[in-house]
Amino acid sequence: MKLFASEKQEIPISDHFKPDGSRWTLKEKLLLGLSFDDYRKQLVRNPLNWLILIIFAIGVPIIVERFVFGLGSVTHGSNDYPWGLFLAFGLFGMVPLSASGFMLGTTVELFGRKDFHPIERLALLNGLLGYFFAVIYLQVDLGMPWRLPYPMVVSLGPAAVLFLVAWHVATYLSVQIAEVLPSFFEWIGWLKGKRMIRSMVLCLTIAGIILSTLHQGALGALFTYPAGKLHPLWMSANFLWIQFLCSAVFGGLSMLIIVSTLSKWFLAWRCDNQFLDSLDKLTLGLAKGAAFAMITYLGIKFMAIAHDKEWVYLFTGWGQYYLLELTIGVVIPMMLFAFAVRNGNAQMARVAAFISVFGVLWNRINTALIGFNWHMYQEIPHWKEVAITITIFTLYLATYRFILYRLPILYAWKGEK
Amino acid sequence: MKNKIINRRSFIKGGFGGTAATVLSLKSARAAGDFDHYPDSMGVIVDLNRCVGCRSCEAACNKEQGLPEPEKPFNDYSVFDAHESGGHGGAGRRTDETRYTVVNKYELPEIDHPLYRKSQCNHCLEPACLTSCFVNAYTKTPEGAVIYNADVCVGCRTCMIACPFYIPTFKYSSAFSPRIMKCIFCYDTRLKEGRPPACVEACPQEALTFGKRVDLLEIGRKRIRQNPGGYVNHIYGENEAGGTAWMYLSPVDFGEAGFDVHVPHEPVINFVRDFLSIVPMVLVIWPALFAGFHLLANRKEQNKHHHIDGGEE
Repeated sequence: MKLFASEKQEIPISDHFKPDGSRWTLKEKLLLGLSFDDYRKQLVRNPLNWLILIIFAIGVPIIVERFVFGLGSVTHGSNDYPWGLFLAFGLFGMVPLSASGFMLGTTVELFGRKDFHPIERLALLNGLLGYFFAVIYLQVDLGMPWRLPYPMVVSLGPAAVLFLVAWHVATYLSVQIAEVLPSFFEWIGWLKGKRMIRSMVLCLTIAGIILSTLHQGALGALFTYPAGKLHPLWMSANFLWIQFLCSAVFGGLSMLIIVSTLSKWFLAWRCDNQFLDSLDKLTLGLAKGAAFAMITYLGIKFMAIAHDKEWVYLFTGWGQYYLLELTIGVVIPMMLFAFAVRNGNAQMARVAAFISVFGVLWNRINTALIGFNWHMYQEIPHWKEVAITITIFTLYLATYRFILYRLPILYAWKGEK
Repeated sequence: MKNKIINRRSFIKGGFGGTAATVLSLKSARAAGDFDHYPDSMGVIVDLNRCVGCRSCEAACNKEQGLPEPEKPFNDYSVFDAHESGGHGGAGRRTDETRYTVVNKYELPEIDHPLYRKSQCNHCLEPACLTSCFVNAYTKTPEGAVIYNADVCVGCRTCMIACPFYIPTFKYSSAFSPRIMKCIFCYDTRLKEGRPPACVEACPQEALTFGKRVDLLEIGRKRIRQNPGGYVNHIYGENEAGGTAWMYLSPVDFGEAGFDVHVPHEPVINFVRDFLSIVPMVLVIWPALFAGFHLLANRKEQNKHHHIDGGEE
């Protein structure tokens, strides 16, 4: 695509009209302004597409196997370990990394930091896709996925934490769809819809904050049910929810740094100059926010241990593992972020963001799988479980790229808006 | 004491009408605060001293609940051997989708005979499975059973995560009609009519005693009192997880007989209350708070717009 973009003047499409004055049709917009042949050519030329194809070729049959022969055939989920990788990575890991939507929505729309506008849409899209695919992971894991709407309409158990998660993720998904819709409306040229969303953007943003505070926290609070099963260092009846919320803040910001970096590296043809020129500065802005969230997080972690008097656990093997998680996952990226901000070094902030996202995922897997049942045996996920997880993640990446190629996320629409 | 003072004071202050109102409200308040779950609920006390490991209870349960035939017949005692038990890390056999109750054997040096322990759902007074379920698939019946409704279950398995006793199990083998499988105290077929569950009726040793929970606690205390050398002075289940309908007496420390002695002595829901209590506050306070932030943050810009009368962007 990079080649075509440099050869032809009219692409990438960022306007309703071709250079000759005629209108792009929807089909042409979907094909990125290329002919069928050219479109196929660029698909075949990109090695990433071949990798995606291989992953799907292996993963899709395994997903089919899961739905035909049951969870038992593809996972090591057991009566001792009811939750495996699908939820540990897909739900508990993806949701905090998708906090970028509400973070940037708040920054730009609520606090009026218009300078972050060039990456606001990317943040919103990152949020939407993250949540959407978290639900896909959930659907693979649920025993009866066809009953997904039951907690909403058939049988309500409002006193349960999961009830809150279900409702909030569902409402928040709709909020995020509404927040991403303006770019879609610009693209298809339906301005009335865009103005409609524009008029309620403040409501949507505040709804986003409420829903995010509660369900990010609720995911943590879910692990206060197995109070005795989770290792005391990770378990905290009082603070676990706020730890999850706080780590979602720097997780979401770091994820945004990563996707914007990847866009700059691999999708430069699609980005406009406003995005490319301001990215370093904005990355440092995000890095600053992440560093503040991280020091707060460390404070809460410290408080949780002090509150439950768990110092003695720090001197066990589990304690060392716990400290390792905190050091690699939080302390090191925090210091890198701080140095980066101080020296104006956006590259360093990018390195830190990769480590920090890994740290958040590691924390969620430690909470949901490794520290869970700590006095029992360890569960190792089935290879097919890993394969399904990778396949869905690949689908997530492919969808992400499909949208970034087309909608005005990384660039501003030149036509009427 | 406090109630009396309030009573007297309001009697003096408000005369007869006031007193009547106060007494009424106190009564309802006390009823709510002291509601001791279902006071007449039933339970079972298991005496590890009496169990000989005959597995009659397992057989009876299998028949009553229409569970699949086991690989090894119920009179095959090789299932007790550690290498046969299949549990990870020597944990012994556990309940699964084919068995609601299992007996495990514990060889302990301090006593001359092996100890057997039956496990099944303990039917908590405030069940973790019930409080964690977001589709209300679980019900605690006034008779004491914790029953499950497969028709609304989504299969999220949070109940299995929440249960401190690792009791609910999932039909992992089924793709189209998976469900939670767990002991239901023979509610449909027996308990509803006031009859003891099948396992209790089948026990030849009277190791299982069925009765009202309050009476069972008395029986348990009496047995400990009459034979202090034969029992540890603790009834497992009296307070564990906030109290359970099934309770245990043991001659050795419960930890040695395979019980989890770290199960908290309060209902699991207590650990979640902290979070649940912030929910309404966030819902109510956040909108005003953040709308306020918005107004503050955009004050300058608002003024500017006022002056130049410019549109957004």
